[in-house]
Amino acid sequence: MSASIRLEHVTKSYGGYLAIDDVSLEIGAGQFVTLLGPSGSGKTTLLMTIAGFVRPTRGRVLAGERDITDEPPERREFGMVFQGYALFPNMTVAENLAFPLKLRGVPSAAIQQEVRRMLDVVHLPGLGGRYPRELSGGQQQRVALARALIFNPKVLLLDESLSALDKKLRAELQEELRDLHGRLGTTFVFVTHDQEEALSMSDEIVIVNRGRIVQRGAPKALYDRPDTRFVADFLGRANFIEGAATSLSDREVSYSAGGLSLRHGLPAAGAAPQPGQPVLLGLRPEKLRLASEAPGGQANAVPAEITLVTYEGADYHIRATTPLGSMQAIVASTGGGTSPARGDKVWLSWDQDAAVVLRDDR
Amino acid sequence: MTADMDAGTRRVYLVLLLAPLVLLAGLYLFPLSRVLWLSVTVPTPGFGNFERLLTSSAIHNVIWTTVRICVLTTTLALLIGYAIAYAALHLRGWRGELLLFFVLLSFWLSVLIRAFAWLTLLQSRGVINTWLMGAGIIDAPLPLIRNEFGVVLGMVHYMIPYAALPLYANMKGIDPRLVPAARGLGAGPVQAFLKVYLPMSLPGLISAGILTFIFSLGFYVTPALLGGGKTIMIAEYIAAQINDTLNWGLGSMLATALLLVIFALLAVMSLFVDLRKVFGVK
Repeated sequence: MSASIRLEHVTKSYGGYLAIDDVSLEIGAGQFVTLLGPSGSGKTTLLMTIAGFVRPTRGRVLAGERDITDEPPERREFGMVFQGYALFPNMTVAENLAFPLKLRGVPSAAIQQEVRRMLDVVHLPGLGGRYPRELSGGQQQRVALARALIFNPKVLLLDESLSALDKKLRAELQEELRDLHGRLGTTFVFVTHDQEEALSMSDEIVIVNRGRIVQRGAPKALYDRPDTRFVADFLGRANFIEGAATSLSDREVSYSAGGLSLRHGLPAAGAAPQPGQPVLLGLRPEKLRLASEAPGGQANAVPAEITLVTYEGADYHIRATTPLGSMQAIVASTGGGTSPARGDKVWLSWDQDAAVVLRDDR
Repeated sequence: MTADMDAGTRRVYLVLLLAPLVLLAGLYLFPLSRVLWLSVTVPTPGFGNFERLLTSSAIHNVIWTTVRICVLTTTLALLIGYAIAYAALHLRGWRGELLLFFVLLSFWLSVLIRAFAWLTLLQSRGVINTWLMGAGIIDAPLPLIRNEFGVVLGMVHYMIPYAALPLYANMKGIDPRLVPAARGLGAGPVQAFLKVYLPMSLPGLISAGILTFIFSLGFYVTPALLGGGKTIMIAEYIAAQINDTLNWGLGSMLATALLLVIFALLAVMSLFVDLRKVFGVK
């Protein structure tokens, strides 16, 4: 049985410092939701509030329809995987797993069976007799996960759980986590500062900054349509174009930037920048195309001189100086032709609807 | 010493090493062996003195008093020390440091000064009794010193830093997320403490326990002053044998026995904990 979580106007202040600033958030039952933000953004405090370790100064926390604001963590029946795992060093793996079951008065034969089953689930069969210090980081992570899941919690909370692992192991565990989520149907709330991890794992990402929710949405929607400079910058890479709108016609805005006249196709909905107003646009590096001569047609184009080429296997990461400032582009390395090189004079172009108008929250 | 050291340098180091060894032997090992020797030679050669250990009811009384007081002192010092160490570690910011500072402050005060301070507070016409009588709460002064109460009070006070500091060091090494982890898994605050925190702090409790118990066994000043000659512990008894009754054989026998008991205790404890850690060698 998974539960939904609802935060209503939750505020947490430490002295004068607002760790969480009036946050309302609803997490649907069975969802995999990631709280993403830089360190100190309040995402962990938010998770700890859901877990019951942090008591909100104002506001309510609900699980389903039940108000759990004043309920201690041990009564919430949420599993939690801590940063650094927090395995009990004086207990074996099996004893760690048995701990929540013993507290619930499960008979010892059933405990043994459940421990064995759970060790299989996290791919650690036969390691029950080991102590945590005898395990690798990845194995400890799996034990922590098993311990948090063994009592069938309604919600699983994960605090920066994969951050300490090396890249390959992390990718492996990310897959396992998603697989587990799919099989168990438990609500997962995951906290991370790693945007790639957030993009690849979640049903929904909630971006947190300075104790507030900046934007939330499905990974692709967030990546393609960030609202603000912060989101565009934090989630993935982005070029920023600062200019001034010159004219507006039929969902298309003309603007000048770096002495160039450029055009931007506006989406059907949303406010349009008015002529004379400053505009900020965000442009993903992979939306840029590289050409040796000025492309004709409707696309925007700027002359550029390549200053840095980084070969990444599948693609090239290119940095170039343009009238708009330094820009980054990612182009496929499989296209054939000559490979880009430092000092090349090229044109960077992008479609009129490739950029996104952003609110400058800097 | 490194291999590339030439013979001259090596000799200098050896000489430097020799000095403290000679000092140790002359000032420590020699008197100690004299005590051992006296215990089996005075007044007559043989184990007559050690026989007294088994037969003398006066000695039995002293030993029983000593053990009782030491166990009580160690228990109380551990309880209070544990609470102080826990609080010092979990209080936010400067409050914890302030608490530790007060522990250290009493640590730096001479044992004699502390015993006299307790005397001033506790004696019949001392601060506490005067105040209680003045306030009309009692008619006659409470017997706060010249008994076991006074001795235990003074000793516990002296021993608290010895209990609190090793416990603090031990608790500092406990992952602060373990208790929340236990809570998250369904343990109430008391269960989380008993099942996770207490077992994790057990090595610290054992270390602190050994230290305080062994220090308490040989305690002289505090029991002598606050016991007022009525509650006599073994160190005071030994001093009386040597200073007053000039019974050197009996005194040195008791000193030897005390030393052997301490070594035996350490030997037993070394089965459970790494003694080098307890005494900070490691």
